[in-house]
Parts: sequence; C-alpha cells; structure tokens
Amino acid sequence: MWAYILRRLLYNIPVYLGIIALLMVALRVNDPVWGFLGKNADQEAYEVKKHAMGLDRPFHEQYIGFLGELATFDFERESWTQQGRTVGDLVADSIGPSLAITVPAMALTTLVALVIAILSAYTRGRLPDKFMMVSAVLGMSISFLVYIIFGQYWGAYVLNDRLGTEVFAIQGYESGLANWKHYCLLPVLISTIVAVGYDTRFYRAVMVEETNRDYIVTARAKGAGKGRIMFVHMLKNAMIPIVTRVMITMPFLVMGSLLLEVYFNIPGMGRALYKAISENDFPVTEVLVALFAGVFILTVILTDVIYALVDPRVRLQ
Amino acid sequence: MSERNGGMKRGEVLLEVTDLRTHFRGEEGVAKAVDGVSFKLLSGETLGVVGESGCGKSVTAMSIMQLVPQPPGFIAGGSIRFAGRDLLSMSIDEFRRIRGNEIAMIFQEPMTALNPVYRVGEQIAEAVRLHQGLDREASRARAIEMLDLVKIPSPEKRVDDYPHQMSGGMRQRVMIAMAMSCGPSLLIADEPTTALDVTVQAQILDLIRGLQQETGMSVLLITHDLGVVAEVSDHVAVMYAGKVVEYAAVADLFAQPRHPYTIGLLKSLPDLAAPGERLHTIPGTVPSAFHFPSGCRFRTRCPLASAECAEREPPLDELPDVGGHSVACHHLKEAEAL
Ligand SMILES: Nc1ncnc2c1ncn2[C@@H]1O[C@H](COP(=O)(O)OP(=O)(O)O)[C@@H](O)[C@H]1O
Ligand SMILES: [Mg+2]
Repeated sequence: MWAYILRRLLYNIPVYLGIIALLMVALRVNDPVWGFLGKNADQEAYEVKKHAMGLDRPFHEQYIGFLGELATFDFERESWTQQGRTVGDLVADSIGPSLAITVPAMALTTLVALVIAILSAYTRGRLPDKFMMVSAVLGMSISFLVYIIFGQYWGAYVLNDRLGTEVFAIQGYESGLANWKHYCLLPVLISTIVAVGYDTRFYRAVMVEETNRDYIVTARAKGAGKGRIMFVHMLKNAMIPIVTRVMITMPFLVMGSLLLEVYFNIPGMGRALYKAISENDFPVTEVLVALFAGVFILTVILTDVIYALVDPRVRLQ
Repeated sequence: MSERNGGMKRGEVLLEVTDLRTHFRGEEGVAKAVDGVSFKLLSGETLGVVGESGCGKSVTAMSIMQLVPQPPGFIAGGSIRFAGRDLLSMSIDEFRRIRGNEIAMIFQEPMTALNPVYRVGEQIAEAVRLHQGLDREASRARAIEMLDLVKIPSPEKRVDDYPHQMSGGMRQRVMIAMAMSCGPSLLIADEPTTALDVTVQAQILDLIRGLQQETGMSVLLITHDLGVVAEVSDHVAVMYAGKVVEYAAVADLFAQPRHPYTIGLLKSLPDLAAPGERLHTIPGTVPSAFHFPSGCRFRTRCPLASAECAEREPPLDELPDVGGHSVACHHLKEAEAL
C-alpha cells in the first residue's frame, strides 16, 4: 500500500507543477501590483512594490522560487494588506479556526445524517420515513444565509438575552478548547443543520439501494435480524459511496466555510482567502490557492486508499 | 454437524403446504403469483418442483422462508406446517430461530448471493453464531469444517477468501456450506444450478444428494429442468400459473404423466433416442399473474380445452387407480391419448 501511495504521489507531481504554472500565469494576466495600488498610484511606488515581490524577475525564476516555497512550506513573503505578517504566519493562524469549525461540523453532519438515513431506510415507506424525508427536503430548501442570520439572532442574541449570560458569542473567535463551545458550537450546529438534509437523502438512497441486493435475502434466510442486516451487512457495503461523499468535502475542511467565517467573524482560511481576493492581496491569494490545489490532490489519493480499505474487491496497483 | 430431521422418521411428512396463496399488490391490481399451492414433503426425501419460469416456484419457496417482500407481497391464505408446527401463525422472532437453522435455503445466483465485503468464512460462521451461540473461534472452526464438507480444497485457506476470489461453482458450494452449517432438516434449493456451467451443475447436484444421504435432511428442489428432477427427486410437484397441477412419485410421473401440461413438458424434453427430430413446444406463454384465465388456467394453451374448463376450476384430486398421484384436470381420459 505504501508503494502505491508513493507512486500515486509521484504521478501527481507533474499535475501539480502544471496547476501551479497555470495559477501563476492567471494571477499575473492583470498586473497584480496595479490592481493593488490602483490606477492612480505613482510609477515609483509601483516599481518598488513590484521589485519587492520579485515580479520583475523572469517568469521561470519566479516559478522556481514559488515551488521552493511550496516544497519547504516556507512562505516568507509579506502580506500586502496586513503589514508585518508573512503569508506563512497568516496560514498558520487561520488553519486552526477553520478546522475548529469544519471538522466537528463534518463529523456531526455525517453521524446525524447516517443515523437518520438508516432509520429512514429501516422504516421505508412508513410514517417515520416520510416525516424524516419531508423534513430533509424542507431543511434543504432553506438558504444557508437564512440559517446563519436566524441562528445568530435566536441562538446567540435572543438566547443570551433571555438567560442573562452569554452562552454563544454572536461573533468572534478565541483559540483554546475552553473557548470552543462559546465561539464555535453555534456555527458548527448551523453548518450541520444546513448540510444534514442533503446528506441524509443521499445516504438513504444508498441504503435503500443496498436493501434490494441479493446478499440481503441471503442474510435474512440465515436468520439474521433486521438490525444486524442494517448495521453489519448493509452499512459496510454502503460505506463505499459514503466514503466518497465524505472525502469530497475534505479539501473544504481545510479551506473553511467562507460564509460562516465571514458572518461570525472567525479568522479562518475561508475568510482569509475571501479578504485576500477582495483586497488584491496577491501573495496571500497565490499561496492559499496553491495550498488548496495540493490538498485536493492529496484527498483524491487518500480516497482511493480508503476505498481499498472498505472494499476488498478494490486492489491498489 | 448435528444430524437432524425434525425428530422424524424417514417417510413421515416433514413439510405440508396446503392451499398456499401469496399475492402481490401492483399497479394493475393483484398478482396471484401463488394461488392455491398444496404439496407434501416427506422426511429424508427430495421433492422436485417444476414449471416454466414465472409460474410461482420461487414465490412458493420464499413464502416458506417468509422472505416475500411485504409490501407489495402478502400471504392471502393457506397453511405451512413444518415438523408439526404451523409456520404462518408464528411470530417473526419465533420463526427466525427456524430460518437458517432448521430450514435453510440456497439461491439461483451464487455470484450475488454472498455479501461482497465479508470473508466467506465469516459469512458461514455468522449462521452458526446466530443459532448455536458459538464463539468466534469455534464458529470459524465450524466454517472450515463446512467448507471441507462441501469439498472445497484447502478449506483452512479458503475460509479467508472474499467471494470475488471464487468461481460461481465455489460460491454455490459456500452457500451450501452456510445452509448446512446448522444441520437443517429441510434444504430449499431454488434453481441452484441454473446459473452454473453444465459440468459444475452435475457436481453441485451430486454434492446436495450426498449431503442429503449423510444427514437425512429433506430437500425441496426447484428447477425448470425435468431431467434434473428425474435424476434426484422422490416426488414431483408440477406447477402452472401459481398452482400445483400434478403431484406424484417421480417414477409414476415419468411412467405416466396425466396432466396435459406435464405431458407437454415431457414431450419438449430433447429426446436423445431420436436425434434430429423437431422439438415439441407448448404453444403460447404463461399468462400474467394479474390476469389468469377463468376455470382451468392452462386451458388457453391446452389441446383438450372444453367449455367445462372455462367454467369450473379442476380440483387437485388423487387418482383412483394410482395412490399418491394427484392431478387437476377435467379430461384425464382424453389426456391418456396425448
Ligand atoms: N416482488 C414481487 N413483486 C411483484 N410480483 C412478483 C414479485 N415476485 C414475484 N412476482 C410475480 O410472481 C410470479 C411468479 O414469480 P416466481 O415465483 O419468481 O416464478 P418462478 O416460477 O420463475 O420462480 C411472477 O409472475 C412475478 O410477476
Ligand atoms: Mg424462480
């Protein structure tokens, strides 16, 4: 398996090199320095900034330099909008808050969605199933923004007002496990509620498809009970599509939830990228997008490895 | 493996199905897939159930195992008595102790019948653990023993195989091993060889027959192949359109089939004695279970059909001259000339 992983990594190096080249070209089509300084900046300030960023060097030199940064994870260039902070500092500071929201949110969503989906498939066609599926569709049809705004209003503002103490922060972030419930739980719950309807429907469809397979009849013929069939026989088979679905969301864990981070003012990767792009912070944008692409590739490889772990028919070669 | 035959002596009735009716609700109305099936299976014997595809053989078997998907299926009537107990009046929990234990079943498609993500040994061991409460080690030992019993070479290695590492014939052997693991007194085999190569078919049938001789279990063998029935059965039930139309000892049936449908089936067997002759076929097809004809269901394809056949359904009556041979036909005399 390790040989397989190594080989896949090697195969993906040229792909990644290509992505980086494209990214660098794309970010240089419109001169990033003019974009940042504005049309009316004077020529001298322009030259200084351009030189400081090394943008006046030939493209291949810049390319090799950037690859060096990526290979060593050493991002020493200074942010254009946050004086005194390097891109490296910014990434290091932003990744924690992002993960503090996205990882618990994904775990909770997957768990809740799986349980509801199994119960729903278990009572297929009967009242509990219908109720859960209607709720899932209703939940899905409401916009993320509505959940954020109402969640913030009822979950933080009104609740705090009623109880006289601040249970959930309306916005902001402080690191540390002790502060997690205060700042992160509400965004995690909102994000779970938003995603759970969609995931439940997906997982239920997967489970229902499994209920029609021949091996289920065999298991019943053996004398296995319904619970055993659901959780032992079906769930492991259903893991294959479930893993895919969970893995697809992996890169977004690292990149954070843009909307939640912006609305709750959480200093994570999503907000950092959003700010960098909207304020023309060239070095930050370049590094964050390059990291995102790398995480994406790693996720795809990891997905294949996990496949092989859940499905004995998959051979890694 | 414990030897068991429901505490019965050979020749006693182990399974008695009486007027079984299993219907399905569908868009066109109710499909009477099984609509008045009766037969007896004696302890230690093999009953062959034959009939064209779609005549309700599998639904009959699934009804005995209580595996009919409900909805849309439901048991509309009849009784199933097994070793003196009424299966249909049992609670599902009670019946689950019989299913896979005293009555086991194997299926037509060995390629899909096993769970692809578990090792075959685990799947055999599961049955043993469910019914006999053995622990992991003991049930694994039993699984190896069972693989050996069904003549899988190097069973202590194969026990850790996944189904996809085995051929169709091997997988059917695994299914048989699983079915035999609790020492059932009744094995239901629903077209166990249909999906297999001809050479493998014979091996599987031999295996089942050998196991039956060793254990004294009864076998309900479903097939559309009269040749197979002639070879392995003691009794035969011929099904047509959800009903048993003829029931007899195998020798009696092949010596003198009485129902026009049975006669047609036998005539359509390829005759090795007269090669080159055109094969006989029964005209038409099995009617849809949603719209069976009135009276005798075979009348739309029967050379002897009369007005009476459309009006009154012939009962499955024992012949006066041959004991234990029952036929459902109004025109027994004319049928003799067919
Ligand atoms: N799950 C089901 N839903 C609806 N109809 C069914 C179902 N299973 C079987 N049937 C009907 O029962 C009839 C008999 O089927 P079956 O017992 O499988 O025939 P066979 O004799 O070939 O085994 C068929 O006509 C089929 O339409
Ligand atoms: Mg069938």
